Amino acid sequence: MERPDIEKKLVELLVDELGIESESITMDATFEEDLDVDSLGVVELLMALEDTFGVKIPDEEAEAISTVGEAVDLVMQKLGG
Amino acid sequence: MSDRRVVVTGLGAVTPLGLDVTSTWQALLAGRSGVSEIGSFDASPLAVRIAAEIPSFDPEDWMGRRAARHLDRYAQLFWASTKQALDHAGLALDEDDPEAQRAGVALGSGIGGIMSFQESMDTMRQRGHDRVSPYAIPRIISNMGAGVVSIDFNLLGPNVCSVTACAASANALGDAAEIIKRGDADVMAAGGAEAAVCEFAVTGFMQSRALSTRNDDPTGASRPFDRDRDGFVMGEGAATLILENLEHALARGAAIHAELVGYGMSGDGYHMTLPRPGGAGAARAMENALRSAKLEAADIDYVNAHGTSTQANDSTETAAIRIVFGDHADLVPVSSTKSMTGHLLGGAGALESIVCILAIRDGVVPPTINYETPDPECDLDYVPNEARQVRVRRAMTNSFGFGGHNVALVFTGV
Repeated sequence: MERPDIEKKLVELLVDELGIESESITMDATFEEDLDVDSLGVVELLMALEDTFGVKIPDEEAEAISTVGEAVDLVMQKLGG
Repeated sequence: MSDRRVVVTGLGAVTPLGLDVTSTWQALLAGRSGVSEIGSFDASPLAVRIAAEIPSFDPEDWMGRRAARHLDRYAQLFWASTKQALDHAGLALDEDDPEAQRAGVALGSGIGGIMSFQESMDTMRQRGHDRVSPYAIPRIISNMGAGVVSIDFNLLGPNVCSVTACAASANALGDAAEIIKRGDADVMAAGGAEAAVCEFAVTGFMQSRALSTRNDDPTGASRPFDRDRDGFVMGEGAATLILENLEHALARGAAIHAELVGYGMSGDGYHMTLPRPGGAGAARAMENALRSAKLEAADIDYVNAHGTSTQANDSTETAAIRIVFGDHADLVPVSSTKSMTGHLLGGAGALESIVCILAIRDGVVPPTINYETPDPECDLDYVPNEARQVRVRRAMTNSFGFGGHNVALVFTGV
């Protein structure tokens, strides 16, 4: 899967699963400040990422993510891209 | 004893009969049943396949998608009824408004987020522990409806929840009134909510043999006080009343719809699910409510009965009313609106308080529908099948919960 596909899928998850307005989502946007996703929301997002991409993301790696772009990076890495 | 008086300045409701107070009230006066075949899940394997569901509630119409998806349906319903009640009362508080700290919330819910509980259990069993939502517990807990209303409407005073089963919102109203009387708040959004029409909860009540199985006649299934009643019909919904210190309401020029003058309680002390035979427990709650209202039974013009349509409740409640009302029992109209709304469990007391207030306002009492065959053990005037014009100055509503939680509230016109 190419990076743009993952980005597109992630934005879909943020809109569909977390109810975030699509226009506020950029790759630089931080979950906590820019998107108002709290720690529970981040856990929820990771579960959705794991389900969608068939990857396993350990908590300690998840905790290092603060922006949308970093989440894409992590998925890319897990997919071996 | 405090002489602070507690009045009602706002009403809100989301019920099987309508998405607001007005439409619900019109349906009640028209004698319309909100019971139908269960539509929210496949009930075909069950012995009980009917309920009073809200046909068209979309939480996103009220609170936006992001907020809605973190809440169980019961909390969404309470959010909506509370929004209506606050709007009706003309109250909108900012976080830094000092008034916000004098405004609180009291919710009653019998079993809270049981739909989310069922879903989360399914997820855990089918997909594993690591698939359970981080929001599972906040969604499930019975108090979160109060919590989220406090957060979203800036009600920064007392924030409480009672869980006394089918008496929960009657306790919430009575306790909220006491909070105002003792000076801990000037305004309380008080009410109840229940959304338990899901496979697990219907099955559970069904197994306790509490529910009607009149599946081939949904609108005739809830038939309180009728000889052929065979159990209650589950309903879902929410109702909120804005209770306010009288002086506070007058000072801000709020419209006053009624006064909450009486709150009485008792513990049945008999059985987990059955009422004490003879009705002595229920009678004590009514007597205590009259005493706190400084009224006599003969002062009451209308009783909104708990009237669940179970064999045990309706005959016992009749006996209890006879104990308390004496000769006046033959004169006072007693109706059960559960014949139309089904049983909103923790939401019932608040919705039925609204019924009492509107009966006072409009001089009309809603009927007990499906009343066809008299039962010798239920021999009061149940306002059969047709609403009735009658002057109501003071009304009482009864709520009795599993566990023996007996509550009565008394409202008067202002």
